[in-house]
Amino acid sequence: MSTTAADASARIRETFGVEAAVDGAMVTVVVPRELWTELAHFTNRVLGCRYFNWLSAIDWKEHGLEVVCRLENLDAGLVLTMRTRLGPGETRCPSLAGLCRGADWMERECYDMFGVRFEGHPDLRRILLSEDWEGYPLRKDYAVDTPFAPYR
Amino acid sequence: MPDTLTKQVVEVGYGGNERLMMNMGPQHPSSHGVFRMILTLEGETVVAVDAVIGYLHRCHEKLGETLTYVQYPSIASKTDYVAAMTSELAYVSAVETIAKVEVPKRAQYLRVIAAELQRIASHCLWLGTWCLDMGGALGGGATVFLYCIREREMVLDRFEELTGARLLYGFHQVGGTRYDIPPGWDTKVRETVDFIERRIDEYEAMLERNTFFVVRTRGVGVISRELAQDVGVSGPLIRGSGVNYDVRRAEPYSSYGDFDFVVPVETAGDCYARYRVRMVEFRQSIRIVRQALDGLPEGPISSRPGVKSVGQVRVPKGEGYARVEGARGEVGCYIVSDGGPKPYRMKWRGASFSNLAVLPHIVPGHKVADVVAIMGSVDPVFGEVDR
Repeated sequence: MSTTAADASARIRETFGVEAAVDGAMVTVVVPRELWTELAHFTNRVLGCRYFNWLSAIDWKEHGLEVVCRLENLDAGLVLTMRTRLGPGETRCPSLAGLCRGADWMERECYDMFGVRFEGHPDLRRILLSEDWEGYPLRKDYAVDTPFAPYR
Repeated sequence: MPDTLTKQVVEVGYGGNERLMMNMGPQHPSSHGVFRMILTLEGETVVAVDAVIGYLHRCHEKLGETLTYVQYPSIASKTDYVAAMTSELAYVSAVETIAKVEVPKRAQYLRVIAAELQRIASHCLWLGTWCLDMGGALGGGATVFLYCIREREMVLDRFEELTGARLLYGFHQVGGTRYDIPPGWDTKVRETVDFIERRIDEYEAMLERNTFFVVRTRGVGVISRELAQDVGVSGPLIRGSGVNYDVRRAEPYSSYGDFDFVVPVETAGDCYARYRVRMVEFRQSIRIVRQALDGLPEGPISSRPGVKSVGQVRVPKGEGYARVEGARGEVGCYIVSDGGPKPYRMKWRGASFSNLAVLPHIVPGHKVADVVAIMGSVDPVFGEVDR
């Protein structure tokens, strides 16, 4: 099992052919959406990053959404940040819920806040907001003062 | 005409395999806030849990994007309001990471003292409310709760002397702390921790020799090592499941490397293991507070002017993630900056959110009464779950 960040970076590069930047103990990998689950699987099972820390998204306005996920190998102290750009107007992203149970709630939150549709998630529904909420609050086009009637 | 639906009585025979959906919460006392569980029961046994959260949701992440780096820290304390010191620390650490702001040594030590006192106060509340939830079995129910609240009060008094506030402090600022310790405060803190240390022995004697307590916690709500990592739980939960993971050790921040302390790890993964971990943490926090007071260096408390000055924090374009070990586990803040006075994106990694996510995996198979014991051992704070 690879332990160091440099080693992990080299293995990712040779397996997926993508750049893996190393900063201290952290490896940051940017992959196309098609490789998202494969990379997560490789990270989790081969590199031993069993600890599912968090998953979230960033809205880059006209450039579309970016999904970010942080996995860690606690024994080796290795941190792996995976990122993928969904592309303008695109909201579909493969789900990691089948791989890590922690992705279940994190992806639901991400769907709730950004409207990212995680394909393959067993139970994708809103988690923090009510089911009849309209819009996705953390998107940049959602104004802070968007009216929402408390009683309908 | 009578409404037939409301008059209808549903009889459920508990001898067979009939399933009953039962609503627990959102105002159930054991939920420690507002949390709803939809339990599917077979007789007295829980077979499925649907956790409903979000009652306290204020969209802190959007709020963080609308407030400047100077304004937000005092709002950050409203995420985990039971351990407000560590919530603030997570945010200012993230800003300091991106902006590469130096923090003076004295400020780092003051942060450690505040964080560890906060851990003691938070664990006091956890122990008290947890024992209150398990109620009558502990000989009177409210006894432990009142004792713990008494000790928590002492710590809150120290915070009041330090910051003027008892719950939400606004103690941290980017570059250091806002307040220095008042004269004579260190002596009072020493007396407080000495007193609490003696009291912890009493709690342990009271609980561990109580058969009801041991029976209700041992072997209940077991989180395996694999499950703990897979779900991403942290703090006493992951350490109770045999994983030696503490942010203070894994990635020392704020001079934690200077102090001598033990990270307790238990392997059983049940409620009792989590209880043991927290009891040891009480003592270790006291140990750290004493060391930090002994070695408190002289010097400035902040590398930046106070929050009331007009100067804004200059944060270059970039992003950073900083995490601290809060009372409930890893509290992290991920900030993306576009070079402006406010974050472009702020992601809050709440320890309670991930910790609570383990509940649907460990509750099935237990009796309804155990749900309360397991809930309490997870120690969620809903301000942090819902953010």
